Formats: sequence, C-alpha cells, structure tokens
Amino acid sequence: MSAAFRQRIHSALADQQVQEALAAFAGRLMRERRSSVGQEEFPEYQELRAQANLIKRHTMENLDHYLEILCRKVEEHGGQVAWCRDAGEAQAFIGQLARERGVRLAVKSKSMTSEEIGLNEALEHYGVEATETDFGEFIVQLARERPFHIVAPALHKNRRQVAALLSEKLGVAQEEEIPKQTAIARGVLRKKFLEARMGISGANFLVAESGAVVIVENEGNARFTTSAPRIHVAVAGIEKVIPRAADLAVFLKLLGRSATGQPLTSYTSFLAGPRRPGEMDGPDEFFLVLLDNGRSRILADRDKRQTLYCIRCGACLNVCPVYRKIGGYSYPGTYSGPIGAILTPQLSGITYEPELPFASSLCGACAEVCPVKIDIPKILVELRSELRKAERRESRGGFGVQAAGWERIAFAVWAWLMRRPRLFELAGSAAQVLLPADRDGGWIRSLPGPLQAWTRWRDFPPPAAHSFRQLWRQQRRRRD
Amino acid sequence: MPARVSLFVTCLVDQFFPQIGLAMTRVLERLGYEVDFPEAQTCCGQPAFNTGFWGEARLVGRHFLKVFGGCDYIVCPSGSCTSMVRRHYVEIFHKDAESLGAANALAPKIFEFSEFLVQVAQREDVGARFEGVVTYHDSCHALRELGLREGPRRLLRSVRGLELREMDAAEECCGFGGTFSVKFDDVSAAMLAEKIDSIRRTGAQSVVSADASCLMQIRGGLLRAGLPIQTLHLAEVLACV
Amino acid sequence: MPAREHILHKIRTALGRNAGQPPAPAPPPRLAFAPASPAELIRQAIDRFPGKAVRADSDQEARDYVASQINGSRAIASPAPLLDRLGILTLPGVAIAAGGPDQVQRACAESDIGITTAEYVLADTGALVTLAGVRESRLVSLLPPVHIAVAPADRILTGLEELFTLLPDPAALSSSLVLIAGPSRTADVEGVLTLGVHGPRELHLVLVQ
Repeated sequence: MSAAFRQRIHSALADQQVQEALAAFAGRLMRERRSSVGQEEFPEYQELRAQANLIKRHTMENLDHYLEILCRKVEEHGGQVAWCRDAGEAQAFIGQLARERGVRLAVKSKSMTSEEIGLNEALEHYGVEATETDFGEFIVQLARERPFHIVAPALHKNRRQVAALLSEKLGVAQEEEIPKQTAIARGVLRKKFLEARMGISGANFLVAESGAVVIVENEGNARFTTSAPRIHVAVAGIEKVIPRAADLAVFLKLLGRSATGQPLTSYTSFLAGPRRPGEMDGPDEFFLVLLDNGRSRILADRDKRQTLYCIRCGACLNVCPVYRKIGGYSYPGTYSGPIGAILTPQLSGITYEPELPFASSLCGACAEVCPVKIDIPKILVELRSELRKAERRESRGGFGVQAAGWERIAFAVWAWLMRRPRLFELAGSAAQVLLPADRDGGWIRSLPGPLQAWTRWRDFPPPAAHSFRQLWRQQRRRRD
Repeated sequence: MPARVSLFVTCLVDQFFPQIGLAMTRVLERLGYEVDFPEAQTCCGQPAFNTGFWGEARLVGRHFLKVFGGCDYIVCPSGSCTSMVRRHYVEIFHKDAESLGAANALAPKIFEFSEFLVQVAQREDVGARFEGVVTYHDSCHALRELGLREGPRRLLRSVRGLELREMDAAEECCGFGGTFSVKFDDVSAAMLAEKIDSIRRTGAQSVVSADASCLMQIRGGLLRAGLPIQTLHLAEVLACV
Repeated sequence: MPAREHILHKIRTALGRNAGQPPAPAPPPRLAFAPASPAELIRQAIDRFPGKAVRADSDQEARDYVASQINGSRAIASPAPLLDRLGILTLPGVAIAAGGPDQVQRACAESDIGITTAEYVLADTGALVTLAGVRESRLVSLLPPVHIAVAPADRILTGLEELFTLLPDPAALSSSLVLIAGPSRTADVEGVLTLGVHGPRELHLVLVQ
C-alpha cells in the first residue's frame, strides 16, 4: 500500500500540468484567504477563530444532546431523519427511498460526505443516475475521477482538458473559452435540475435548535438541488452540528474567507424541512441522512476529537507546501491535504496508509489558518506515535512501512547514545573520520544507505573538524 | 538583568555547525553576559518525538532536564528545539509527574536566541556590522510555535551595512521537517526548489535563518544547484563587527 | 439495536455521558453589533450591494426603475404584497408566479427576469435576506438570469449579528432563508471567474420607503 502512495506522489511531482495548476490555483486561494483576514480588513479574525473552536468543542462534547434536539426539530418541521452507522446503511436508505419514489434521476450538489460513502456508484445499482451539478464536480464526474480538492474539485484541469472532456462526453464541439464551457454545463444541468425527482445535498452545518441544514455555495446549484426536485435528501456527518442559528454569525464569517477569501459566498441557504403548507415552491419531502461512519469512534479520543471540528473550508490544503506539490490524488481516501492526513487514518484505521501521517514536515501552516483551530501537527505526531506502538505490537513484518525495522533500531541506539555525553562525543569523533570532508570542508555529494535519499537532491554537510564542545574546551583552557 | 546564561547548542550545531555556537557566545558576551556550556548536554529528543518514538524521546528528555535543571537562563540557536522543550515536553511527560514538574519549571527559562536578545536582553542593536544584501527565511517552529516573526527582522535591520530584502515565500517551509527530508525526499526537494527560487529572486548574496536544520537543507540545495549564495545563521551575522 | 440508539450509545460512551444528561453550558452567542444610523445603513447597503442598487424616493420611482429593467423582456414576480403595493405586479411583461411548485418552476425557467422582495438587507456585505413563503418564491430569485429584489429601506440591518438577534430561529418562519451576497459564480476551471452559472448573473436592489 505504501508503494502505491509513493507512486502517486511521484506521478504528481512529475506531472507538469498538475504542478502548474497547484501553484497557480491553490496558490491564489491561499493568497486570497490571507488578504481577506488581514488586520485592517478583518480585525475580529482571531477572536472569531477562538469562538468557533469553543463552539465546536462544546458541541462535540455534548453531541448526543444536540443530535437529539436536531432530530426532534427536523421532524417538527415535517422532515425525517435516517441515522446511518456506516456507508452501507446510508447507501441503502437513499437507494431504497429513490426506488420507492420512482426516482430515475437525481441531482447532487457538492458533498464530500457523499463521496466518502461512494453514494453515486451505489445509486447506480438502484437504477438512479446521480448527476453532479457543481461545475467542478460535474467535470470530475464526467472524467470518472475523484475531487482533487475539497473546494475546487477540478483544480487540476486546464481549459484544454475540460474542452476535450466536454466534447468527448457530451458530444459538443470543442470549446476552450471557459465562460462558454460554463454555459455548456449550465444548459445540460438545467435540464437535469428541472427533470430530477430527487436532489441530494451535503450540509456545511446542521443547526440543532432549528432543525436546519445550512449550505454555503457560489454557483446556485445547491439552491437548485434543494428547491426544484420533489424530494430533498441532505447527507451529513454527525459532526456538522452547531447548537444555534446565532452561531452562524461566527462560522459564516470564517468560512467564506477561509475558503476563497470572500466575506460571504454568493448563497447561504438555511433550510428547515420540506416546504411549509402554502409555500410557493420547495420540496415536498425532506430527509436528513445522519452519518456516523467512524466519527463516534474519533469522539472517544480526547486529544484527537478536535479533528471533527473541521468545517471543510480547504484553507489547510491551500497553505500546505506538501499538498501544493503532491496534489489531491496522492492522498488515499476521500479527503486530501492536512485534514485528510489526520481524518483518513482515524476513519479508516492507521494501517490503511501507514506512511500518511509522515508525509508532512510539520511546518504548522495548516494550524495557523484553520478557522476552528484544529492543531493538525499535534495530531499528526500523535498518529505517528500510535503507528509505532502498533508496529511494536505486530513486531513481525510490520505494515510495510519502509525500513520500519531499521528506524526503531536506529532510535533505540540514538536514545542510548544521547544519554551518555562522552560516548556521544566519541561517536562524533568517529563520524569525523568516517565522513571526511574535502580538504576545504566541502559538502558531501553522495552518501550510502538511508542518507542516499538526502544526497540524491542535496549536498550533505561533513561533520565539523572540531565539535563545539571541543572548541569550547579549547577556548576555556586558553582563558584560564 | 541576569548575568549568566547557559548554552544549549543542539546536537546539530555541536557536531556540524560549531561556528554557530561560537557566534552565539560572542554576541552574548559582547552584551555582558557570562556564558556557560553544560557539557553533559546532547539532544532535546525532538527527532524521536517527531518520528513517533515517544519512549525514546522521554529517555533523552529526562537527560536534558537533568543537565539543564539548575540553570537560570538557557539560550538555544534553534526554534524547533526550544519549542520541543517549552511546548512538547508536557505532552510526552504527562504521565510522569516528576519529569512533568521539571519540564514546567524549565519551560519559562529556555529561549530561542533571537527571542532572548529581543525579549530578555531587550536589545535590537547588538553592535553588529555586516555588509551585504541579506534575505531572511522564517523557520517554521520559530515562526509558528514560538511566534517569532518581527524579532529576528528587527535584529537584522539594526546591523550596520546590512540590507534586508524580503523574499516572496519567507514563511514557507524549506522542506526539511526532520526525517521527512529523507522519507519523502522527492517532496522535500520540490519544496526546497521553491524556497531556493524565492531566495534567488531577491538577488540577495546571503540567506539567513535562525535554525541550523533549515540552513542545512537550504545550503545543501544551493550547493547542488551551484548557486553562490551564502547561508548564515542569525547568530553568525550578529557576531560580525 | 436500531441505528439511532446504537449511534447515540456509541457517542455517549465516547464522551462519558448518560442519556438525558444535560449539556454543559453553551458558550453565549456572539451577537454584539454596533448600531448605525438609517442614513448610514442605506449608504453602506447601496455601496456594498453586489449589483445595481437604487433608492426610490416614491412608489412610482420604484415602479419606473423596474419597468426600465424589464424593457420588453419576460419577467416573473412573486405575488408579494410589497410588489403589489408598488404596482410592479401589473407592469407589462410581468407574469405573477402561481399555481404550485411545478408551474412556478416552468414559468421561472422561461423568464428573463425574476422579481422578488427581500426581507432584510445586510449593510456590511450588501447581502439580501430572502425568506420563502406563501407569497414569496425560492425559484423566482434563482432561475432567471436577472434578479431584481425590492426591499423597504428601513429593513437594513448592520449584519449577521443583528439578523440573528432579530431572527434567533429562522426555521420558525420559513422552510428556506437564503442570503444572497452576489451573483451566481464559479472559478472552478483555472480560477477563471464566470458569472451566471446556475443562478442569476445580474442583481438589482430597489430600496423603497
């Protein structure tokens, strides 16, 4: 499994188009976020982050209470709640509902949660064509690919690729002008919106005391998805809950800026149930699919529970120097970037991709921009520690973590040495002999063993002719 | 104002870049401090901590606490090592009451070098002179875990003859990240290439950082690329008169 | 064990909570806002509205402005009392949305302009607050490529804090509250911005007495 991970990274690094797209697009999102939260423009930024963290912490620590309120309020407003323990239950519920209601065509607005449960594929088995309506999602669906980025699913594609894709899959003439490409999608999707009997959405927030689903977007496809078809199904993880509508005053101000640098996205929908008696339009039925799928297990870990605070803004992806090199497809599982690196091991098990928590330099840029202040580096290091413990338990064979054996031995030796200063010094002197510098103290161009990975790309320093402690002693002797 | 500071030079500086330790000593002495070097020091334990070997990190951490327990002020030329002691010891020792107590007692006494100058010694001008155009690379832990952004820059701007030019991506990681640099060497190298590009675009003759590990990564890349840009630790610049 | 009970049980076990246990006190909502004068609010709203915003000093002015925008194209309007009072519903070219969701949908799909009211306007972002209702439609402000919103000038709020102070639970009023802070847009390909993806590309706001 780790070999596949490395291979995907290698491919991404070698893909010129992906590298350009990441630098331009993710780079731009990063800069737009930054200028939108500047001290002058948005002085309350840090205060709001602290408040958002507090609200999420309180909600997660009392999640059962809020889920019960949410459920009651949804039902009060005429909706129904389907509690689903895992992807299978969610697929089955939605699929069976679709079948019962004679749904052949469903439109979908962006939902990473629905990606997580493989909903579209599952619905095919129920005879339902589920069309993505977010422009970026529409594109990747046509390409039969996963979303490349939480907020910009087709970030990796350039206009030429999109032109070829639209032409091939829709039978239209090749069109490289982006506004025209959008118009093509609009035309195709408008028909689907008006024909579909079911609209499936995600939810950015679930407001417990209102029994409401909040959806934030720019295109209008979520409004369309949740207002035109007769049935609206919202799929959301149980962690999306916030207590009150008033809490949106904190979260909405953070979400748009963190995601795209916008104070507010074009549309924010606050939807509570099917249309009320007499309302002019809106769905006749509303279903909220509440998904656990491993989240309740994450709740049990006091230190890592904060992973569930995530509001899926994508800021951590845009700022991550690793993501901006390896891109969304290098990551295993549904979620990419720093949030993916901590969420996937906790949802799918740390042995799902044991190298994933190590694919980070722990620079901390993610934690700095996270609107809900998730301490991502801290969780990465904890996951690393858990992996080591798991390795030790299964000391035979390990999990394919490369060179796991030698690392453990190396650190055992290192720890032994580091508590013995004289031996440490001796080892240093030995290194001076084993890795001699050029006469002029030049750096080393090639090293064997694990350090080969260093010298493949960079020169390596020779040990100093005299260590600091040797020089210090010499200096002190001269003074006395 | 305290008169005596103890150096924690870090294992990397001790074995590979002793000149950084010497430079620190020169600056501190110039400011009137008495500098000592507890010789039993080795490492803070960070490499093991970051790699998930917390048992080993604890063993080495305890040794550190023993060596530096009696010091009034500890000064360290690395933001990441300082952060390890100040912030992460409490994470690894949370089940060891004695070590936890020692770590809590020590935390307020350890300072990164620039932090010590600006906040404790309260000096931005340390009487240094260095002719040339310099650009500054923020090392991640100093920047984000210790909150040191302005301090090093103020110190540099007070150096006579020095022109400080900001690079585009000063705050972006150089790609070192400890064992990340060899485990994910291709990604590390790609990140390094971005950093070097940023440095090069400033036209500066030297790049300065407050962490030797970043300098090791950056210098390794500059040499391989054949670029004649000098790398210096902040202490080395401040030691020049 | 049914899924609901099972999930709640797992959550309670994870948190060390019992069924029926009251929650810890919630952090108080952060709803403080600095009030502003009506004149200032109007100025801000007009300045920040993401489209063309005009202040009508009379009903006739409002009606004339809308008429000038329609100018021969097909418009559809929600049967809102405010639009009725202003005479907008009887303007040439204006069809009144009616007849249930399917009919409303079809009519909207064939229209060039959608005319609705807005319950409030938020001055800090220029955003419209629209509520679905018996006389206000969701789709009229979404399907046609141009959206004209009419709102009373005294319904301008400073921002979200004031909105949620006034409406602590929007769900009590309607199945749908939508904040409209801009035209429909996407930048999904190469970050190049396009307006009018699925929703309107052009917005107008008429503030009336």
